[in-house]
Amino acid sequence: MTDQSTTPLVELRDVSKFYGNIKALEGVSLEVHAGGISCVLGDNGAGKSTLIKIIAGLHQHDAGTFSIEGEETRLANPRDALDRGIATVYQDLAVVPLMPVWRNFFLGSEPTRGAGPFKRLDVDLMRRTTRSELLRMGIDLRDVDQPIGTLSGGERQCVAIARAVHFGAKVLVLDEPTAALGVKQSGVVLKYVAAARDAGLGVVLITHNPHHAYLVGDRFVLLKRGAMSGSHARDEISLDDLTREMAGGSELDQLSHELER
Amino acid sequence: MTATAPAEAPAPGGKAPADERLLKTSLLRKLLGRPELGSVVGAAAVFLFFAIVADSFLRASSFGTVLYAASVIGIMAVPVAMLMIGGEFDLSAGVLVTSSALVSSMFSYQMTANIWVGVLVSLLVTLAVGVFNGVMLTRTKLPSFIITLGTFLMLTGLNLGLTKMISGTVSTKTIADMEGFSSAKALFASQVTLGGVNLKVTVLWWLGLVALATWILLRTRAGNWIFAVGGGAEAARAVGVPVNKTRVGLYMGVSLGAWISGQHLLFSFDVVQSGEGVGNELIYIIAAVIGGCLITGGYGSAIGSAVGAFIFGMTSKGIVYAEWDPDWFKFFLGAMLLLATLLNAWVRKRAEATR
Repeated sequence: MTDQSTTPLVELRDVSKFYGNIKALEGVSLEVHAGGISCVLGDNGAGKSTLIKIIAGLHQHDAGTFSIEGEETRLANPRDALDRGIATVYQDLAVVPLMPVWRNFFLGSEPTRGAGPFKRLDVDLMRRTTRSELLRMGIDLRDVDQPIGTLSGGERQCVAIARAVHFGAKVLVLDEPTAALGVKQSGVVLKYVAAARDAGLGVVLITHNPHHAYLVGDRFVLLKRGAMSGSHARDEISLDDLTREMAGGSELDQLSHELER
Repeated sequence: MTATAPAEAPAPGGKAPADERLLKTSLLRKLLGRPELGSVVGAAAVFLFFAIVADSFLRASSFGTVLYAASVIGIMAVPVAMLMIGGEFDLSAGVLVTSSALVSSMFSYQMTANIWVGVLVSLLVTLAVGVFNGVMLTRTKLPSFIITLGTFLMLTGLNLGLTKMISGTVSTKTIADMEGFSSAKALFASQVTLGGVNLKVTVLWWLGLVALATWILLRTRAGNWIFAVGGGAEAARAVGVPVNKTRVGLYMGVSLGAWISGQHLLFSFDVVQSGEGVGNELIYIIAAVIGGCLITGGYGSAIGSAVGAFIFGMTSKGIVYAEWDPDWFKFFLGAMLLLATLLNAWVRKRAEATR
């Protein structure tokens, strides 16, 4: 599916971000292709959130270039990013728990019919579309009227992903989608991430779990203390090497030595 | 939801077939899921109670009186409930009603203008207070409790201070002989007789507002945004909901209710006591909470607030019909609030568990 010859949907080249005199991110490069999953791996404080905020339009980069479909750009705000086809699914603030699934699905972009004072939500269309769009992503809901808070964490992530796909996102940025989930739930979410990829989207998957990343990723960017410590295509690296590199290679050797009895 | 593979689940042409795992939802179960259910059960209990202990409670004339008492609270409980669904409070709502009446009366009197000019000026001033509350809230990001407590105190002072300064006493001058009074009275404080029951026009205003609010909440984009702002403001903002505009709009809704209530106050008594209204803001909130609004926002209904106001009306008048000391009223109201909230919490838990 991955077509490396075309222009990447999103391309970051040597991007840096400073907060005052703190280097939050320095010289990071990342490519996202249509139908490809680029994983960003790093431990806590490695600069993953800063990177996501730049791609999502919450922050602007201070150095380097940020191009969308080959055109160099600087996003003004999250709405700007959405309009350019970049949808971000945050771990905690993906949905409004007390609202029904179908209301959540269309929140902020509700379809209406009628005019003037009779302009109203197209409830039938909303319910039907929610159901069929979720089915298309392989999510089979019993009842779209149940409060979304009654779904599990993984299911909620999936609804948020399906929503981004439905509203025409070209690039899907996922912030730690599996961080708070159990093994089985994580698998379900990763399957929908793969489904989004198969639908032709470019995916940025932020995670600190190399096992999850290796299951679906096409390329891996490793961050460490704000700098890029590695960038590999899938065929250049094995899971063991990825895990090792992420855990800090020699540091891990030293740790196992220290813990040896 | 199950973990079927994407390949196994082709889109069935947009048509949703009935799911075999779903038992046919019974009407009872659907009712159980409504936020106002607890309050309806409570209202039935209160009704039965007073029907038994107070002989005159079931008379048609009593019904008109109960509805009137309910409507005066209900007109304000509707926008206060919407605001609460949106996750905020308005402690200035009670005195804002008095302010609205005072502005209307004093402007007409001092300017010797047609009553309707005063009524319109009052609308603008009242809406401005709502905008002030909303903008202060969204700009400063302080809790609405603090901001509206400030407006509440300032308005209480302004009501007394300005009225004394302008009228020389704590109440306004009579405006009953001024031009436009009778037509304004017809709109805000008249009375119709329907099948032997004397209905005040406020009952119609109340029912109209409940219908309008229900329409807005359940069938418009703005309604969807109100639930979202109250239930998860950050998530709403992330998908492009105009969170701040929604909040300001909700405060303007409270202003609109205060204006209608204020004009009713003015045209039914023709003079306004400037110290009135203090404490009513809590009664509006109580009506909304009894009606199933979550105090933390994101859940509730306008119909529930109406049932809450109806319970209030039945209790306040029922105690009189039962010939008890009206001092007991507050005790009943407090007990009702606790019971209704417990019942609501229990019903909601059951409803969510049985889904």
